[in-house]
Amino acid sequence: MMRRSRSAPGRRSRSAPGRRSRSAPGRRSLHPAAWWLWAACLAGAAIRTTNPLLLVLLAGVAAFVVSARRTEAPWSRSLAVFFRLGVVVIVIRVVVQIIFGNRLPGHVLFTLPEVPLPSWAAGVSIGGPVTAEAVLLAAVDGLRLAVVLVCFGAANSLASPYRLLRCLPAVLYEAGVAVTVSLAFAPEVVMAIGAVRDARRLRGRPTRGVAGLRGMAIPVLESALDRSLQLASSMDARGYGRRVAVGRSTRRWASGSTAVGILAVVAGVYGVLDAGSLPGGGIPFVAVGALLIGAGMAVGGRRTARTRYRPDVWRGAEWGVAASGAAVVAGMVVASAMGAKGLTFVAYPLQVPPLPLAATVGVLAGLLPAVVAPAPARQPAPARPADPGKPAAARGAASSADPAEPIGPALTRETASSPDPAEPAGPEPVRAAGSVPGAPVATPPGGGRR
Amino acid sequence: MIRFADVSFTYAGAEEATLRRVDLHVEEGELCLVVGETGSGKTTLLRAVNGLVPHFTGGHLSGEVTVAGRSTRDHPPRELADVVGMVGQDPAASFVTDVVEDELAYTMENLGIAPDVMRRRVEDVLDLLGLHDLRHRPLATLSGGQQQRVAIGAVLTASPRVLVLDEPTSALDPAAAEEVLSSLARLVHDVGLTVVLAEHRLERVLPFADRVVLVPGRGEPLEVGPTAEIMATSPVAPPIVELARLAGWRPIPLSVRDARRMAGPLREALAAATPAGPGRGEAAGPGRESEVGSGEPAGPGGPMAHPAEAITLATVEKLTVAYGPVVALDRIDLTVQSGEVLAVMGRNGSGKSTLLGQLAGLRAPTGGRVRVGGGAPADLAPRELIRRVGLVPQDAGMLLYGETVAGECATADRETGLDPGTTAAVLDRILPGMPTDRHPRDLSEGQRLALALAVVMAPAPALVLLDEPTRGLDYPSKARLVEVLDDLVTAGHGVVMTTHDVELVARAAGRAVVLAEGEVVSDGPARDVVCHSPVFAPQVAKVLAPEPWLTVSEVERALAGVVP
Repeated sequence: MMRRSRSAPGRRSRSAPGRRSRSAPGRRSLHPAAWWLWAACLAGAAIRTTNPLLLVLLAGVAAFVVSARRTEAPWSRSLAVFFRLGVVVIVIRVVVQIIFGNRLPGHVLFTLPEVPLPSWAAGVSIGGPVTAEAVLLAAVDGLRLAVVLVCFGAANSLASPYRLLRCLPAVLYEAGVAVTVSLAFAPEVVMAIGAVRDARRLRGRPTRGVAGLRGMAIPVLESALDRSLQLASSMDARGYGRRVAVGRSTRRWASGSTAVGILAVVAGVYGVLDAGSLPGGGIPFVAVGALLIGAGMAVGGRRTARTRYRPDVWRGAEWGVAASGAAVVAGMVVASAMGAKGLTFVAYPLQVPPLPLAATVGVLAGLLPAVVAPAPARQPAPARPADPGKPAAARGAASSADPAEPIGPALTRETASSPDPAEPAGPEPVRAAGSVPGAPVATPPGGGRR
Repeated sequence: MIRFADVSFTYAGAEEATLRRVDLHVEEGELCLVVGETGSGKTTLLRAVNGLVPHFTGGHLSGEVTVAGRSTRDHPPRELADVVGMVGQDPAASFVTDVVEDELAYTMENLGIAPDVMRRRVEDVLDLLGLHDLRHRPLATLSGGQQQRVAIGAVLTASPRVLVLDEPTSALDPAAAEEVLSSLARLVHDVGLTVVLAEHRLERVLPFADRVVLVPGRGEPLEVGPTAEIMATSPVAPPIVELARLAGWRPIPLSVRDARRMAGPLREALAAATPAGPGRGEAAGPGRESEVGSGEPAGPGGPMAHPAEAITLATVEKLTVAYGPVVALDRIDLTVQSGEVLAVMGRNGSGKSTLLGQLAGLRAPTGGRVRVGGGAPADLAPRELIRRVGLVPQDAGMLLYGETVAGECATADRETGLDPGTTAAVLDRILPGMPTDRHPRDLSEGQRLALALAVVMAPAPALVLLDEPTRGLDYPSKARLVEVLDDLVTAGHGVVMTTHDVELVARAAGRAVVLAEGEVVSDGPARDVVCHSPVFAPQVAKVLAPEPWLTVSEVERALAGVVP
């Protein structure tokens, strides 16, 4: 009856011994939380100081660690964008100071024509003499914000936000996915704009100017929406949002407990801020509220049966990176506790600020991850922009990677490994004989022909 | 395993039912091939298996679909995720995560599978599909074939009992397609996976199928039966089946090997005639018959007519295109003459689309020169450009913004200053009976392509570029496309198309170029190029080797000229 012919067996087998080797220990990537913690510490340290030397040092530390430990994924190139953003922030801050800022005494650089304001606008001035001190103070202020941005960019480059979201507790997972999808939206739009511009050119329509812009907005949005719908259907088909049947009362209990907990925390915070309005200053309310929210989440989390594939592990290197971040903050705190000079930028008199020793040593401790964290795997195949006229399906398709890698022969080789019975009978809710289809059955050479 | 009981389905707002009274039972461990014409409802049928139709699409479904005993009536797609794995037409659109390994694990995470089991299955699937080297790669950097394999792997890890694939090989080159299909066949043989698969390129999948479900479209009842039986009468049939019908072979052979065993008498009958000319495109037009030596004088478009009047439409000199460190095209030299169909073939990612983009002036070259009609296309204003060169991109829908098909045609006429109705007339030639009141996004993939083709071809640019023009097209649509190409060539246009479809090359192209890693590795008459390559040879050539016959119609004409 059925006839089958199969392609000649044993074509292009490139089987190498040890092909199943797990990624070598040196190649593992650091826990994303460690990177984000480290970056948060750097940002925290930046907020605590206005010494421009310390701030520049912090940015340098972040950039150095990124260049030493980033992967070659597309998101790893985002640090440069954040640097540029930082420069923009500084420029805006200085310009605002020049036009609207407080008129500070000091060395006058130049004088802007003053605009008289009515008396009710006291405290705001437009124009007037601009002093070097005022510009410098504004620039340092902007620099502080810029360094915070750079720290965020560093975290982004070292561990994609998606990986961080994978660490969320089960009950917050769905909110996390929403964030992930929206994060993916921006690059999608950028790609859609390129494709739409090409398409308009091919139809002989203007690609520049107002007419071009107006004609492009709708197709770009349309294709982005299209992509979202496809993604949603794919997620649904792949089991996103599956629920474990739990009793109705359990569900009610979970949401009720969370709601009451949030109320208690809000009341508690009010009490903390406005001493005397609540017994005990509100602290007990906050504590009880937090407990209730935690319990609600734990119960609510039972509804999702999600498990996590290769969860990131927290080992020595992670401790090292986190400790390095902590050292940066500690340096700042110690320096300020010792009353060291130079933590804050003083414009009167104008001078190069001194470098407080403790703070400097602390900031330099932030370099530690460049050594402590495992080096990322360098892969030869670089990413490449989408080809003109290619659909999303072929994004970056042109990397010269050879699609004709062996698919078949893997089976005949790997016969006896991972046999079904070895499967733990326990925690697999799906079905008992669940092994990867096609994995283990021995195929005689040239088999597959009935 | 899968049972459709009296299923009818109507899309919301549609007047006619897409599926009407479908009764179908797919057994466990069967590889079931769904065939049908463009827009006949294959995708709808496939998506009904895991309940995406109607849970996700809306519309009205009556009757009942049950998979492994679960009805889609009360199980939404997510509740069927452990039983049915669904791979859509565009694998990249289905990716949820950003790295290969995470993508493979995604479904299992949702199903709540124990971590150690997950780990083992991911490793097994990495080996099974040859994805081991890609495990840490960001998904956005994969080639089309790699993406397709990751998409299949991502549903396999959940160890579904049913795998549903919508055109799994449409974006793949012949070698990669064969790899994917043979690994599917292994799964069917070795673990009894049930596979339901829709495909237009039947020549690729037919040998693997147990049964064929023919979706005739227009709500007519399905025809279900063993592959050879259905193929004897099917309106969509690969060249090998058409050859068998022509030669009267019974049972219909499904693989080249079976056909070769039956082909002895046919080869003898053909021994007197020799396939002449470099390929069909060379002999396009009314003078086509003269190709087999029937003695008729060559017509106006015949082989004698055009070498004299051929002019060079485009030249490419030492063209280099690089994306950062990656060189996509490396010092390519090429000319395109009027009156020729040039097929550009090569692996996924060999620089084919980049070449077309250069000819269409979408990017400035990194080095070298491109001249189309005497000027650099990248410097032309859009209006001027479309009269010289027209490109239909791989994602044809990108070209279409109209609210309806009719509106799209009218806009195209107006914008390019054509007589009203020109575009609609071209469209009617390519795919007659297109619903003119539909939104382009609601059309099937093949219908959308036909519309985009019409829009681009209507202003009759001297040079027409087609990027994978047959993706999603059935055989009748392909035949009509070939006719349109023939007309263009007869009228003195030049056509360059990139394609993985060797049968299209056999039927339409006069000249073929093969690219590999950004370089031209062969350039010559299509007949020589495809017949000498085991990968690119069309089915007829494989069956009738060593004589270089390319198409069934060639053989038919030869028989008509020789036998009487």
